[in-house]
Amino acid sequence: MQKVTPSDTSKGKARQAKAQPATSAVDVDLGAYSPEAEEHSYQKDPSQLPAADKQRMHDVGVIVDDTAQRTGTYLQIDQSVIHSKAEQEGVEVMGTPMALEKYPWLKDYWWKLVNPEADKFTQYSNTHPFKGYFIRVAPGVKATYPVQSCLYIAKHGLAQNVHNLVIVEEGAELNIITGCTVAPVKDEGLHIGISEFYIKKGGKLSFTMIHNWAPKMAVRPRTGVILEEDAVFMNNYICLKPVRTLQMYPTARLVGKNALARFNSVLVANPGSHLDVGSRVLLQAERTRAEIISRAITTGGTIIARGFMSGQVAEAKGHLECRGLILSETGTILAIPELEGTVAGVDLSHEAAVGKIAEEEIEYFMARGITRDEAVSVIVRGFLSVDIEGLPPELSAQIQHAIELSEQEML
Amino acid sequence: MLEVEELTVKVGNKQILHDVSLSVDIGETLVLFGPNGGGKSTLLMTIMGFPRYKVTHGRILFKGEDVTRLPVDERSRRGMGLLFQRPPVVRGVKMRDMIRACLHGRENGATIEQLAQKANMVEHLDREVNYGFSGGEVKRSELMQLIAQQPEFVMLDEPDSGVDLVNISLVGDMINQLLERDRMRSRTSSGLIITHTGHILDYVQADRACVLLNGGIWCRGNPKEILASIKINGYEGCAVCKK
Repeated sequence: MQKVTPSDTSKGKARQAKAQPATSAVDVDLGAYSPEAEEHSYQKDPSQLPAADKQRMHDVGVIVDDTAQRTGTYLQIDQSVIHSKAEQEGVEVMGTPMALEKYPWLKDYWWKLVNPEADKFTQYSNTHPFKGYFIRVAPGVKATYPVQSCLYIAKHGLAQNVHNLVIVEEGAELNIITGCTVAPVKDEGLHIGISEFYIKKGGKLSFTMIHNWAPKMAVRPRTGVILEEDAVFMNNYICLKPVRTLQMYPTARLVGKNALARFNSVLVANPGSHLDVGSRVLLQAERTRAEIISRAITTGGTIIARGFMSGQVAEAKGHLECRGLILSETGTILAIPELEGTVAGVDLSHEAAVGKIAEEEIEYFMARGITRDEAVSVIVRGFLSVDIEGLPPELSAQIQHAIELSEQEML
Repeated sequence: MLEVEELTVKVGNKQILHDVSLSVDIGETLVLFGPNGGGKSTLLMTIMGFPRYKVTHGRILFKGEDVTRLPVDERSRRGMGLLFQRPPVVRGVKMRDMIRACLHGRENGATIEQLAQKANMVEHLDREVNYGFSGGEVKRSELMQLIAQQPEFVMLDEPDSGVDLVNISLVGDMINQLLERDRMRSRTSSGLIITHTGHILDYVQADRACVLLNGGIWCRGNPKEILASIKINGYEGCAVCKK
């Protein structure tokens, strides 16, 4: 794979950022992880991967045995791109180092939506070798099936450095399902993921990410999204399995009129897990709209569910909803919904609720002959099943599958 | 079917029912009249077994078995059903899932849709349980759940409250289906209906009635006659009547 040197400017900014502390309450010692990993060989036919790895991939929605229902596939293990393929004309899928080599103009898209000096993780990413996916859909092209990607960690103690770039050109449409997971025997590790998504005029991007980490993993995604006129971005994030610390606050800027962004998050904090997850939307053009919905459940861990929405032009409209359920005696959910209006005529609202399941609801089900345990299960399943408008059925099925997998462990 | 013997019930520290006795035979429907706050809902909630309602004296026999100490779900599985006057909203859970749960595995592909069609609730199947429902929709939702559940003994807590004229006849039809009131012989379902206004009696035939006032039973007799008397004399008239 080609090595790409980040621009001097961004490197310079990154150096300044090195001294800045991380934004999450749980700090991660970068020195505890190594960027080195052995090179994994390229798999022309990913169905030949070991069954255990394929199962882990399947659990996060990535199917490698039969890719007939996928427009493209990108697989990365540790720091190696082991497979990348696009099946439809007008859709490109490859590693970002290769893409930067192939298309010099990509420098205009690189480190433009995420600031390399934002914190020590962006700084680290900018100054270390990286991989990641580049997905581009040509103007007017509608990808028939989702493009899938899997970012997989197999090596103990690895700092996996990923930098992704997605460009949905004018009038194009794309669904991405991305699964991040670890090998079954994997222990400690760090995942840093920079993602920059460009959705041009009239373009549509539906991005579904399922995280399935391990109890000692630290995870720091850093995401920036920009939407032009009439663009649509739907972001679905699912994290149901244990993770030591996860902190992210993706930001979408709606700079073209009538753009629409939706963020749905479904989070479960198991004992020992600390999740600090938010979504930030800046409504910067007329008639832009946004919705942020999060569902958080703790079975003993901590969740900070943030949301920030800023209406900066009249006729911008947004709604933010944080709901949290505490299913155990211990466990914390802190909902922080924030709304900012900087001009008259913005229409922003939020609702937040945190608590345990109302006894009245459980008894309601029991009056229909359902046991207490079944009642809790039905209510929890319902709570997690966020209605995701416009999501293709196969992606809904993947999310449902992930929820069902974790449900038994949770209750 | 049901025998309530000298039931005394407390909610918190307050005694709501004193020595209430009544019985409902197999295939019979009993109407319970009474003013607001008279203890009608408390009686139904106690028979159903909600833990807030503490039985301090007396007992509840259901099909010959003493169920006074059984939890709600056990009573339901033995054949009791309740139409809630104000059921809770269950965010996230779809009506479809609720009906599926009520069916207890008896569903086949078409059942849920058929039930919804009869209840005029097809478009509600993918809505959250009771969320944003109108008065009539709440009752139709409750009745659809009960028809799915198929209880032998149905308690209906104010099935006519908040229901407009368009809906009340459908609600009446559903109650008649549930109580098998269209059947003269071999009826096995029994009912206990609470009504404040008596409107539902224009649609549902009841066999007997009694009045629950100040936490006790005051009057027993023919539903239409008692209702007519209440309409003329009010519940004050019942109060001066002998228990």
